[in-house]
Amino acid sequence: MSFGKLVRKTRLQAQAGDRQYSLRKTSERIGIQPSYLSKIERGELPPPGEEVICKLAEDLGLDADVLLAMAGKVSSDLHEIVRNRPELFGELLRELKNAPDHAVLRLVREVRDGEW
Amino acid sequence: MITLEGQQLLIRFPEVHKLAVARISFQRTLRIPDDGKDYPLPPGMGNFPLHHVEDYAEKVPGKWARHGGVFMPMYQSEALWLSFDSAYHDYPIALQIAAGKINAVNGEAWQEDMQFEPQGYVVSNQQPWLDGFCIEKGRIRQFVAAPLGEGVTVEEQITGDAEFGGIQIKAWPLKAGVYEKRLLDRPSFLRESGSDMMACLSAEDSSMDMDMGLGMGGSMKQEIYDDYFKPQDWDTSNDSRCYIHLLNSSSYAQVTGHLPPHRPYEASDYAAAGLPWFDYYSDQKALEGSEHFKGLKTWKDFQKKEAEESVLLGPEKIISLGDKPASGRPVSQGDCC
Repeated sequence: MSFGKLVRKTRLQAQAGDRQYSLRKTSERIGIQPSYLSKIERGELPPPGEEVICKLAEDLGLDADVLLAMAGKVSSDLHEIVRNRPELFGELLRELKNAPDHAVLRLVREVRDGEW
Repeated sequence: MITLEGQQLLIRFPEVHKLAVARISFQRTLRIPDDGKDYPLPPGMGNFPLHHVEDYAEKVPGKWARHGGVFMPMYQSEALWLSFDSAYHDYPIALQIAAGKINAVNGEAWQEDMQFEPQGYVVSNQQPWLDGFCIEKGRIRQFVAAPLGEGVTVEEQITGDAEFGGIQIKAWPLKAGVYEKRLLDRPSFLRESGSDMMACLSAEDSSMDMDMGLGMGGSMKQEIYDDYFKPQDWDTSNDSRCYIHLLNSSSYAQVTGHLPPHRPYEASDYAAAGLPWFDYYSDQKALEGSEHFKGLKTWKDFQKKEAEESVLLGPEKIISLGDKPASGRPVSQGDCC
């Protein structure tokens, strides 16, 4: 599914239960023109910039990183992380590229559980 | 597995199902009056900041380091509510919530196993929030922070000890097969989106001053929903748990080096902002309250009269909320630090 189709489908499903998700009201909340959002949804214009995508994701309850990825982008904070330590994170990402999800998740820092 | 992402706890069971995810945040809010009336839901006023205990292990009470988990700062008599969501996918996660290891839903002592009768948990995609101790059907007593050792917390009133304090959470996922069979066909619009003197004291010496628990505040209309799944639907072989310690805000700078969150909002702030209160309606069956909470003293019972009278104004504007995701209880995105 393309970026525009996902945004449109999600928004219309939300609109079915809440009129606040009309094209006009959604675009108002995001801070863009309704016509611009309409063209994005129909694929007539390329996906917007990171700021608008993140606002769209938050408004529609979508994951911002997933939506950015569908737009062919990577969030600026992730860019910064790699840029600060390119060798380390470059190697890490290449090492993990074919690892299953659960293996990757094991690298995430868990909240430590101790003795209660 | 439980991770700290920003100011939220993210609970995941990737070994059970990739969509078995729930988020918990801790919302600052107004302390409602304790005047015999039942109040509607106050708003969220931003997340409490959360920190890994191990990052400050040398500055927090020694028992916190043994417990693990996270901590967050609260002022004495500050109120909070817990916000639950299923992180886009509506995957049910059972959450046992306790304060001072007293179950907030059924009033029983903490147990490591799921408590089905009486139900001792809420379900993440059925219960959007929890504001206090379930005292009777449709009514809770608001969570209000109190220093341990003064006899105010529910833990101390029930057990006679100030041993644990804080908040404890344990989570169990629904069995993957049950989720696939019963829930994937259900319509959901989101499913497809894929101080100097203090510094001279050791942490152990000052631990009782830092450590907080939860007592009971005013009465609020809130239903705790009956779980519509069967006990066998839950995957009790997989669980995660987290200890959330409550750090007295007066010690926040000493421990973290950061300024503490601003003081809790007062009635005057709220009235000036014209902010509304909320009601929430759902067709789900509500649980009966716990007998264990009956007869316990509330925060007000420990205060001088004038202290409570200056707290709050009553609600003027009440907004009704339904039980669909798009109509959630508004939470301020403002700075809480």
